[in-house]
Amino acid sequence: MKIAHNEMIETIRMIQMENLDIRTVTMGISLHDCADADFANLNQNIYNKITRYAGELKAVAEAVEREYGIPIINKRISITPIAEILGNASKEQAIEIAKTLDKAAIKLGVDFIGGYSALVHKGMTKGDETLLDALPEALSVTERVCASVSIGTTRAGINMDAVAKMGMIIKEAAERTKDQNGLACAKLVVFCNPVEDNPFMAGAFHGTGEGEAVINVGVSGPGVVLSALKRHDDANLSDISEIIKKTAFKITRAGELIGRVVAERLKLPFGIVDLSLAPTNAMNDSVAEILEEIGLERVGTHGTIAALALMNDAVKKGGAMASSFVGGLSGAFIPVSEDNGMIRGIMDNSLTLPKLEAMTCVCSVGLDMIALTGDVTPATLSGIIADEAAIGMINKKTTAVRVIPVPGKGEGEMVEFGGLLGRAPVMGVNPYSSEKFIKRGGRIAAPLQALIN
Amino acid sequence: MRERHAVVSVIGKDQVGIIAKVTNILADKQINILDISQTILQDFFTMMMLVDVAGREDLDQLQDQFNHLGDALGLKINIQLEEIFQAMHRV
Repeated sequence: MKIAHNEMIETIRMIQMENLDIRTVTMGISLHDCADADFANLNQNIYNKITRYAGELKAVAEAVEREYGIPIINKRISITPIAEILGNASKEQAIEIAKTLDKAAIKLGVDFIGGYSALVHKGMTKGDETLLDALPEALSVTERVCASVSIGTTRAGINMDAVAKMGMIIKEAAERTKDQNGLACAKLVVFCNPVEDNPFMAGAFHGTGEGEAVINVGVSGPGVVLSALKRHDDANLSDISEIIKKTAFKITRAGELIGRVVAERLKLPFGIVDLSLAPTNAMNDSVAEILEEIGLERVGTHGTIAALALMNDAVKKGGAMASSFVGGLSGAFIPVSEDNGMIRGIMDNSLTLPKLEAMTCVCSVGLDMIALTGDVTPATLSGIIADEAAIGMINKKTTAVRVIPVPGKGEGEMVEFGGLLGRAPVMGVNPYSSEKFIKRGGRIAAPLQALIN
Repeated sequence: MRERHAVVSVIGKDQVGIIAKVTNILADKQINILDISQTILQDFFTMMMLVDVAGREDLDQLQDQFNHLGDALGLKINIQLEEIFQAMHRV
């Protein structure tokens, strides 16, 4: 069928002027068959398998990018949660594996490798414990390894022992990278209800329900949505939802095509498209600015949650129609450091930590890329994690915490993380202690909705 | 041979000879033009061409040549496989 001139113009405008991009092509690889009682073999198996499967990933993605004229920003790999294959390995050996993963990522030219992970929402195996112990050092001596830990689900409840531990791990990871503003924490996310096919970092891992290897795609286009809304200044909220839906549809279609082409050329099955509005520090590529365009003077003011809920739902509706397999998180990401509008909201005292927490009830992920004062205690970090996990558990949705206590920095100071990770104003936390609550340990039981069968 | 089409888009300030110069490059490469449409949009010259690229693997090289021409004339010239347009606008 012939394409009309104005349709061509629209596509070209979306790509060239409004930052429409394929945010990531992520190859998921199962490492279960790499397990070996002998550590040297295990380590070598992991390296061999990753480099064998993903050897062509970068080259193929770049070729597709050029031929279709649509940029693919990141090429990534997600793997089986490493804790699952650690077996009897020691903490030092677990760190060695992180280095191996880093080496593989650098050799392959991929931006990040995710899956240095453990799922401990109900309990911890020996391998899980080893991985958690290794986390702070592993993240500070590697560059491209991303880690995630699941500490709660709607079905299992919240493992508060793990929550307590994560507070300490985040604190230690920050201290170990204090000359880089606590950068290690930017590569660590704590999840409630994680998804197994999410292609976005730092939370990507290749879950147990996944196949041998798969190509997942993450698409993003806050800039495109923002421009579309700017062209309809007098639209009412039903129209706005419609505009976002239609835009999300087109973005997802582009992602599905690119994903399928890449998968076909790599002779791998195509997994899912994750349609998420994920911001970058580029001009106008901001989720917060979409909310402001909907009618808020500054993100964080009254009405923010309603506007975010409207947007998130419209994005999902458009995406669900456009692709056969929408997966991952598919909604709006609200990372602070990666979103110019969010940064401005905090600097203007419109956006606060409690408001951000409330926003996570209606959007995709959770507290993301938030810089906290350096003197925050592990118990307070655990308290923040527990709150987020509770929101996810009760609302049957994914929530996550990726916060960075920046050593030596106080409230209001600005920190730079560089690259896609951006910059963030340091936020203060509630001064009162959560120590006793966190110290109690144990589990928060799953809510009654676990018995829906 | 499998059908394979690409869209060549040219956007920029209007000037004499744009079409001639772009189509010359295509003619040199023996690439057939299937359709041309062109308008002036808010002072910007915009041209779209549908071209036949069946069996051609040298799109990179072609894009390089377009980049050179684009830099010289102050235009954005791109070649993209047609499917991306189909995917986004057709269900």
